[in-house]
Amino acid sequence: MSETHAETTRFVRTEMLAEQDPPITEKGVVKWTRENLFSGWLNVILTLLSLYVIYAVLSALLPWFANSVWTAESLEGCREALGEQGLTGHGGACFSVITERWNQLIFGFYPTELYWRPILAFVIFLLGIAPVLFQSMPRQALWASLTAPFLVYWLIWGGSLWGPIITAAGFGVGALAYVLVGKAAGNIVGTISAILLPILFWLFVTGPFVAALSGVLPLEITKVESNDIGGFMLALIIGISGIILSLPLGILLALGRQSHLFIINKVSVAFIEIIRGVPLIVWLFTASLLLNYFLPPGTNFDLMLRVIIMVTLFASAYIAEVVRGGLAALPKGQYEAADALGLDYAKSMRLIILPQALKISIPGIVNTFIGLFKDTTLVVFIGLLDPIGLSNAIRATTEWNGIYWELFIFIGLMFFIFCYSMSRYSIFLEKKLQREHR
Amino acid sequence: MKKSVFLGALTIAGLAAGAGSAATLDDVTARGTLNCGVTTGLVGFAAPNANGEWQGFDVGVCRAVAAAVLGDPTAVEFVPTTGQTRFTALASGEIDMLARNTTWTFSRDVDLKFEFTGINYYDGQGFMVPRELGVSSAKDLDGATVCIQTGTTTELNLADFFRTNNMAYEPVPIETNAEAQQQYLAGACDVYTTDASGLAATRATFETPADHVILPEIVSKEPLGPLVRHGDNEWGDVVRWTLNALIAAEELGVTSANVEELAAGTNNPEINRMLGTEGELGAMLGLDADWAKRAIMAGGNYGELFETHIGENTPIGLARGLNAQWTEGGLLYAPPFR
Repeated sequence: MSETHAETTRFVRTEMLAEQDPPITEKGVVKWTRENLFSGWLNVILTLLSLYVIYAVLSALLPWFANSVWTAESLEGCREALGEQGLTGHGGACFSVITERWNQLIFGFYPTELYWRPILAFVIFLLGIAPVLFQSMPRQALWASLTAPFLVYWLIWGGSLWGPIITAAGFGVGALAYVLVGKAAGNIVGTISAILLPILFWLFVTGPFVAALSGVLPLEITKVESNDIGGFMLALIIGISGIILSLPLGILLALGRQSHLFIINKVSVAFIEIIRGVPLIVWLFTASLLLNYFLPPGTNFDLMLRVIIMVTLFASAYIAEVVRGGLAALPKGQYEAADALGLDYAKSMRLIILPQALKISIPGIVNTFIGLFKDTTLVVFIGLLDPIGLSNAIRATTEWNGIYWELFIFIGLMFFIFCYSMSRYSIFLEKKLQREHR
Repeated sequence: MKKSVFLGALTIAGLAAGAGSAATLDDVTARGTLNCGVTTGLVGFAAPNANGEWQGFDVGVCRAVAAAVLGDPTAVEFVPTTGQTRFTALASGEIDMLARNTTWTFSRDVDLKFEFTGINYYDGQGFMVPRELGVSSAKDLDGATVCIQTGTTTELNLADFFRTNNMAYEPVPIETNAEAQQQYLAGACDVYTTDASGLAATRATFETPADHVILPEIVSKEPLGPLVRHGDNEWGDVVRWTLNALIAAEELGVTSANVEELAAGTNNPEINRMLGTEGELGAMLGLDADWAKRAIMAGGNYGELFETHIGENTPIGLARGLNAQWTEGGLLYAPPFR
């Protein structure tokens, strides 16, 4: 060992130094800002520009929101209230129009004393849909969910409870026919009778049955005409019915398109291509204008029902293509494995193919649903008073003539809430169903 | 316009079917409500209030007919219609009458097979300019920039007017009335032109309406009136004479306030015939004797309807102008009740 070295060493540290904080420029906010916002002359310029834009937008918007008037009776009143604060008519928002017409924007012309009915219907809808959406709910609750559509219909439109009950019984007839006839005469006859018998039941038995039962025990609540339904209630009824009905129809169409049976295949292809190849607004015009001519005069075929049917058909064509994408993405081995297990078509689809295909298609399906929900605003062109239609009608009163932004902001916000929830649910579902980590 | 002709062609196809069930009056009586087509919203003419009740000048006509036929001015099912759906809705029988600021034109009357039952508002295209421009006549507008809705008859009327007066103009094309309002206020154009009633309604929404003037010239004829299907003359008569009763009532001084009193009998035989104390006019229409009395009580006579919804005391502030009685220099002229 060298002596020299020992002599030159004057100081030997015997203990560790305490840890030091990193330099101020290398930590926390400063570091993040330097790295992300000011890491070069171009970024400095862009940051400053962005800051200026944000400032410009906020400095215009924030006072507008902060000074908004909530209690005036008319636009004139709003302007007066703003004038008292020394502001011009553009100095503050006039959200009084929302507070004054809130009920109308939500319920349309639904009778005020019956507002509890659509609200209760909405709660029942949420309760009914919960077991479908979340698997953690008890599975038995699904049976209760089946009754929800009939209850919701009854609560919204009113009339005798027997109507929905007997209509629901029609489905029971179908299920019974499928089981009994299927056992006795084979699968195909069973399926056909499961479709035919309920239709006959609805056509010929329902009317007299309902009349007879209502005679014995009325169970009646006030009837409300479709004409009186408007605003977000209308958008929700059309949107939700379209969503719920179009999913099964779309899946059937997608399977039909994959089918090797000539007629089923060609009919599905023709249906999908024709419906998808024409703009929704044209179908809505067809529903509102052309159908009137094809139906015998005097037939009162509810316009809202016609719109729901058209929206459902339109969405189902899109869903069909989305699901077909999912089916196509499955490796061929899955189909072969299902066959190798000896499963018949229905079982292989239900147990093996569809669960995987639908999982793949979730983002596309939800995308279609969000589009469908927003497309309900197109009904304004056929004279239905959805939120946009009502905003025009509200603007046509002398009190609120000349008001634009406040209404549109409110409507936009409401739509955003619904669409964003759907999008979050889609993400939740995708995460839950993720199997790649296994 | 092209679109409505196309839809009209469809309409004709349906009419053959629609006309089969002609007796609208019986249908309405049996149903107990009148299905009346209105706009989805036009200031002063038809709009739902905060309680969802429809109100307005055109709505008043619907209510008068419902009162005359059914005895209840509230027994009306208002069907909001758009420019595209209005004619099909009427032709297909979805509505019994249309009271939706619809201009009476040759092609609508003849080609689309409708029956205009009179005119409840004489409109026409006008001009609005900022007061500070100092313009007092449309003839001074040479070289002006004009905000105009594209694809409408107003565009053609404007071109005609400027050509016949040897003036130049620069059009600023816009899509909707809402956009026009913003553009005009922002100074993108010197002049805004559309129907005079629309101009008045638009001006009423401005923060300072007095800073804008509507010029006196009217450059087109837009007679607006209720219409019914061709081929059901009995129903057409009911609507026509209900409107005439409202107009005649104003001329004869019958108002909603004094109609009860006058219906007891007066010295004026025409009032007596109209209100059913003399003659059989109601029975000739297929209604009872009190029909006109109820129509007038529904919302008042023509003048009262005008004053309540679009007259000078409302924010819209329309002057009677052409819509005054013929005795006061206007065009309203109800045929005699005899």
